[in-house]
Amino acid sequence: MALSRKVGLIAGAKYKGGGPMLAWVLHRISGLGIIIFVTLHVLASFLTQQMGSDLGIFINIIYESIYFQLFIVFCAIFHGVNGFRIILLDIWPRLIRYQKESTWLEWFVILPLYILTAYIMIRRFLAG
Amino acid sequence: MRSRVMPKPRWNLEYLMWIFTRISGLTLILLAVLGIGLGLIMGARTQLDLGTLMRWAFFPNSNHVLDSEIPDLYLWANGFWQVIQILAVFFAATHGFNGLRTVVEDYSRPGFWQASLRFLVFLLWIFSSLVGIYVILGS
Repeated sequence: MALSRKVGLIAGAKYKGGGPMLAWVLHRISGLGIIIFVTLHVLASFLTQQMGSDLGIFINIIYESIYFQLFIVFCAIFHGVNGFRIILLDIWPRLIRYQKESTWLEWFVILPLYILTAYIMIRRFLAG
Repeated sequence: MRSRVMPKPRWNLEYLMWIFTRISGLTLILLAVLGIGLGLIMGARTQLDLGTLMRWAFFPNSNHVLDSEIPDLYLWANGFWQVIQILAVFFAATHGFNGLRTVVEDYSRPGFWQASLRFLVFLLWIFSSLVGIYVILGS
């Protein structure tokens, strides 16, 4: 532990990290979201496929909900695009100077992809 | 702006996993692009909607496209896609649980609890990789 980490939630929220900080926070949250979803999904498909268990069907109902799916689609798209941005900045370290601009730029990829997908998913959900 | 002088990296677990995270992340993006591309060639343009295609790109299992207008699944369920799925599970599980290890180490101090949590993450990694591959081979 190189740094002292006694930073409370409020002090952390007041830190003006801007776009890169938001990207870091969302990268972590979306990564955890994908881990929870994928682990549950592997477990549920194993239980339904191999044992025909009701528990698997119960877990399926949770993440077949449109709200959970909209969350997971956001997690996957954001984590992928932001991760790609991080890889690009790591390959060409000179681009770190434009880190802030890169986090704005990535939203021009994420938002159209996500809004289009979410629109089609919601329309299909409302149609039944 | 002068850059920091960094010590020469040593081949330890952190450095190895730092590199692996980048490589596996790129691989997963490429596998998703492959899923979208080959999916479109196999007829996704008229037979799937965008949500289903995204689900297929996320993980190319034929169960993910059952709810669509594909007449025959032989293109979508075969050994090629099983190999792609096993690669995706291996890279995704290792990438993901290594990320979880990083989070655990960020929010805990070295000691008994950190060691236990790290061991738990290790068990989850082994468990979900093996169960995932078992499900892929069984579907």
